Amino acid sequence: MSVNKSPLVEQLKGGLEAPICLTWELTYACNLECVHCLSSSGHRDPRELTTAEAKAVLDDLHDLQVFYINIGGGEPMIRRDFFELVEYSISRRIGVKFSTNGAFIDAEKARRLAALDYLDIQISLDGADAVTNDAVRGTGSYDTAIRAMNHLRDANFGEFKISVVVTRHNVDQLDHFKELADEFGAQLRITRLRPSGRGADSWHDLHPTNAQQLQIYNWLLAHGDNVLTGDSFFHLNALGEEPLPGLNTCGAGRVVCLIDPVGDVYACPFVIHDEFKAGSVRDEGGFTHLWKQSELFAELREPQSAGACASCGSFDACQGGCMASKFFVGIPLDGPDPECVEGHGEAAMLAASSSRDSAPVPRPMMDHSKPARPTEPERVPVTVSRR
Amino acid sequence: MLDRQLTLDPQVALRPEPFGALAYHYGNRKLIFLKHPDVVRVVQYLDNNERAECTIADALTACDIAESRWPAFERALDALTESEVLHEREQVTAG
Repeated sequence: MSVNKSPLVEQLKGGLEAPICLTWELTYACNLECVHCLSSSGHRDPRELTTAEAKAVLDDLHDLQVFYINIGGGEPMIRRDFFELVEYSISRRIGVKFSTNGAFIDAEKARRLAALDYLDIQISLDGADAVTNDAVRGTGSYDTAIRAMNHLRDANFGEFKISVVVTRHNVDQLDHFKELADEFGAQLRITRLRPSGRGADSWHDLHPTNAQQLQIYNWLLAHGDNVLTGDSFFHLNALGEEPLPGLNTCGAGRVVCLIDPVGDVYACPFVIHDEFKAGSVRDEGGFTHLWKQSELFAELREPQSAGACASCGSFDACQGGCMASKFFVGIPLDGPDPECVEGHGEAAMLAASSSRDSAPVPRPMMDHSKPARPTEPERVPVTVSRR
Repeated sequence: MLDRQLTLDPQVALRPEPFGALAYHYGNRKLIFLKHPDVVRVVQYLDNNERAECTIADALTACDIAESRWPAFERALDALTESEVLHEREQVTAG
């Protein structure tokens, strides 16, 4: 019965001619400072790709027949050439799905977005009410998102998406999120929290409890294909006989990859770390060469060892879980997922942090967080220069 | 059913892959796996064929698909029609 043994999934593990799901973080600049930001975004990086470089990458993706790209950040709409790049991409027949906190979607921008074909929008929201959301995404961010959603509705954008990172504080709100999405004629998308970026620090307090994992699994089974997940919850498949909808395998470097704002290419959006960096789109041969020739991607496309999970009856269902989640809590890549539903994650994390010989838990790289401020200062109408 | 005339939806892109091909429908955003290179050949034949009256049977014959495999191909083409990758060719009335 296991979907993971299908020849198709085996083929996907061996890699494709081009990615299916390519994430491109356009900028590290962001107006928000979400505590779980997977790219530790905040301020812009001076080395970010220029408009011309970005268009050259899009030309490459066109030649590779990449069907669509997932644009994120930071907040992608902060880039002055945001619309220019989106329109160029669509003109090259590369559809665009972009994630935004909504701060820059006013009535006029909403109309401009609504006029574009092959464009999908994901508004990030991590609480079904302001208190829950703003605790993670910052004061005022709930109202900002709702305002953007209203503008999109008024502009007749059609079915946009509401994208939720599931935490232990919002897991009880899944029905509310669904109602909110229905109210806006939107589609709900829920994804898994990873200990990546600033999430490396906040994950321990935010990730769902074991009991809540079962809650998520059952909720997803009940809602089926009506709720999108980016196939991110496949580690939960060990909870029951029925697999969740989707591909249910890790696609890093095989069907998925990330281009970061400075053009570095990583195996997936959740592993911004040298160990998972294939190279840069600025290298000779550009993105195409990396996708087809990178040593890192070649390794990931080899059959992977089940390692410590080899003797577990659930391995076929969960596939050992998420590589990024293991990496940033110090668990070896052939060890169990930190949220292993059989409970092996806790012990593995403990072993990783207590073993005297073990290397320190890897820290995410490329931190663009804004400098820490003393507890929420009063807003003053001048910009105090800071480094 | 073998006399149906199918063609690729203009909103669909087909990308060859080692296992067959990926089809992406830009309209409904669906990603479809064509899991056998022979199915891909038949779909491409249906799409590239200029003859307005080319039927499924014609395409299967032209692509050298053994008749014993035709039922499986019919099912595959039905599934692709269901997911809007293929649709009935518009009948152009002569004159």
